[in-house]
Amino acid sequence: MGASSTYDRARSQIVEKPMTAVLGIIAVLLVFDLVRQLATGNLTIARMMSLVLDGVLRGLVIGLAGIGLSMTYSILNFANFAHGDYITAGAFSGWATTYVIAGGFGSAANIGSLALVGSGGSVFGGALGINAVQTPLAVLAGLVVSGVFTVALALAIDKFIYKPIRGSGGIPLLITSVGVAFALRYVIQFVFDSGTRGVTNTGSLPGIRPNVIDGTVAVTAHDVLLILVAGGLMLGVHILLQRTKLGKAMRAMSDDEALARITGIATERVIRSTWIIGGGLTGVSGFMFVLWKGTISWNDGWLLLLLIFAAVILGGIGSVYGAIAGGLVIGLTASTAVIWIPSGFARAAAFGVMILVLVVRPQGIFAGRSTA
Amino acid sequence: MSDDESGGEYGQSTEEQRAVVMGIDFRNDGLMLLTMLLGIYIIYLLAGLVIGFPFRGLMNQIGQLTFWIAVFAMASLALNLHWGYTGLFNIGIVGFMATGVYVTGILSKPVFGSGTSAAEIGGFGLPLWIGIIGGTVAAGLLGLIAALPALRLRADYLAIVTIALSEIVRFSLLSDSLSGHEIAGYRVGLGGGDGVILDYQDPLESLIRALSAPFDLILGEQGWLWNDVYLGIVVDFVANFIPNNPKPVVDNFAYSAVLLLILGGFYVVIRRMGNSPFGRVLKAIREDEDVTNALGKNTNMFKIKSFVVGCALMGLVGILWFGTQGSVTPNTFRPRITFYIWIALIIGGAGSNSGSVMGGAVFAAFLFQGPRYFKNVIETALGNPEAPSSFGQAMLPVSNGDVVPFLLYTLDSIRQLQLFMMGVVLIVLMHRRPDGMLGHRKEPASSIPLTRPIKRSGGGDTVATDGGETDE
Repeated sequence: MGASSTYDRARSQIVEKPMTAVLGIIAVLLVFDLVRQLATGNLTIARMMSLVLDGVLRGLVIGLAGIGLSMTYSILNFANFAHGDYITAGAFSGWATTYVIAGGFGSAANIGSLALVGSGGSVFGGALGINAVQTPLAVLAGLVVSGVFTVALALAIDKFIYKPIRGSGGIPLLITSVGVAFALRYVIQFVFDSGTRGVTNTGSLPGIRPNVIDGTVAVTAHDVLLILVAGGLMLGVHILLQRTKLGKAMRAMSDDEALARITGIATERVIRSTWIIGGGLTGVSGFMFVLWKGTISWNDGWLLLLLIFAAVILGGIGSVYGAIAGGLVIGLTASTAVIWIPSGFARAAAFGVMILVLVVRPQGIFAGRSTA
Repeated sequence: MSDDESGGEYGQSTEEQRAVVMGIDFRNDGLMLLTMLLGIYIIYLLAGLVIGFPFRGLMNQIGQLTFWIAVFAMASLALNLHWGYTGLFNIGIVGFMATGVYVTGILSKPVFGSGTSAAEIGGFGLPLWIGIIGGTVAAGLLGLIAALPALRLRADYLAIVTIALSEIVRFSLLSDSLSGHEIAGYRVGLGGGDGVILDYQDPLESLIRALSAPFDLILGEQGWLWNDVYLGIVVDFVANFIPNNPKPVVDNFAYSAVLLLILGGFYVVIRRMGNSPFGRVLKAIREDEDVTNALGKNTNMFKIKSFVVGCALMGLVGILWFGTQGSVTPNTFRPRITFYIWIALIIGGAGSNSGSVMGGAVFAAFLFQGPRYFKNVIETALGNPEAPSSFGQAMLPVSNGDVVPFLLYTLDSIRQLQLFMMGVVLIVLMHRRPDGMLGHRKEPASSIPLTRPIKRSGGGDTVATDGGETDE
């Protein structure tokens, strides 16, 4: 291979894919600017690491929730716009449990207020001393309940709403899911009220602040817990889908449902398993998201949904690793974009990355390696 | 707008246009639409009269209702061009509306520091009609930018791209860094989170003054139509019924009437477009893009044109909707407005223009304005009772068998519950009637009627037998 053939190949690449070339140039410019900012001291290394850590954690939440969306997207062939509100529903169910247990089943405060996650400012999570270290049992119970509740919710919605019209194609299902999203979100708002409230006691939360070259990076126990839970669940899903027949059946179904059924795969059971795995992960991600950021609100999930879609499309629909990787990319983009652009555009930048990927590589980064 | 005439011209004989809803066979869509509108107004008037609503409030409600009907009908007509005709799944409508309103605002707001406005940021001080054209064009341009890459994508991807785009628009409007700058000596900007004060001349007044120009020439006066006719005759006449400050009520009605006229224009334009050869290609794309492509049509070009025109119309609807509110903030333009319009279109039936108008009317009357009106009426009847402030307080007495606080809480939170109801309506519609009231009825693709002429024993209906003869 001479230098000239490499040069020719590079030139033909640029001619064939001008968008990719432009993106490459932009990426190089961004890196140069990053180096410049670090060199001039506009940006400290510690701050950059904090932003990266924040991005990774955000990305883990998005990726965890994205696995479920990606699985249902590829197996049932529709974009579930209610997915964000499954996250919210999971979060509220889990946090109601955590509140009730941490509040001593009504001994610390009115049980009704506890079960409504302190709606109207009646109880505060900080006052109950809720965090992963002080009230580990309550948090664990909440984590489990959020998963179980969301599984039940996803199965019920599938049975009564999606299943009867499953044959009519992706777009009618998508429109229906918008209806489900509206109904769920505003029931949650009706019951739990529209206020955003703090749920954790961050004051006494243990954490470390290791010194990095020119500053400190704060890591709390909740950050560590999020990494453990999300990492563990992702690993579990990976093993489940790679080592069991269920994973194989899912891959077969997302390729061709009719063919899968003809080969004797119980498609209905596979669909149910999809909702169970996806719903469980989604509920847990909602609970962990709230634990990590410390506040809960009725439209948390909806606000996260578009980022999750971005992650899933980025990674390639149907790919579990794609959802995880896409989540990390989107999370990192949303968090580190403030290095280059005003903070008001951070989320816009994440959407921008998604649109660019759709234009340049609509099948996603990991397409063709579907795992579920 | 005669249904029979244009239906015949393009080979859609009255047989296909027959509208049957709930077992009642209406002669055509137009008649059905009128019957329904009449029904809606009667229900509103009756509900108000029975409860003894004050006359002024009732009239305001009717004016409001007309406004919402016109706005939603126009928006769903524009969406019908995208989804009903071309099959483009656009769920970023609100982004185009926001673009229209903001551009109009910036072009037409008074110049900063000119003394006519106390707003933090100014505009370019251009006449309002230039602003409206500019806003519409800007929405169309945004549509063009979005369309170039996005229309190659699958329907569900296009959906996600458009909704993301509408959020990007909202974030940009919210951003501090674009909130106000000096541009060519003008202090203009998007106002950030505080929004923009739309302190240009009242649209209704400027319209009437513009219409007054020929009369002014003859009579040698200034704004004769506004000062002497509108303020002098119309408003004074209404003052007999509403003695206390009648102008806002009259304004409300007059503006709604203008909107209804524009709605008529929308209908004619979109119907004309849909029935033209251009529109037939759009429908072919909706049914099967590959086949249309194989027939030698540049489908991408058709899709882009349809998308841009629809987006521009959406921008115009946005201007007409929000342009009279005095001010706008970015957070008004949340995706839920997009879904309102989708629900309206789906109720009416995608692909049908009269259905779109009907869907807009039903949505405005029963899902959007209805619950709020219902709440007003009930609260007036009960003498504005105090409702519990949270779900917990509402549920507490229920265990003792007292459901009144719960019902009051429900009534009080009707603005949230109406969104819940919209969701349920959407689900039920997709289950029971995915084609809506008038959607996707059989349309012959040929330019002459394919049905056998039916011998009629006299009577009003004439089957167009000479349909295909007339040229475009």
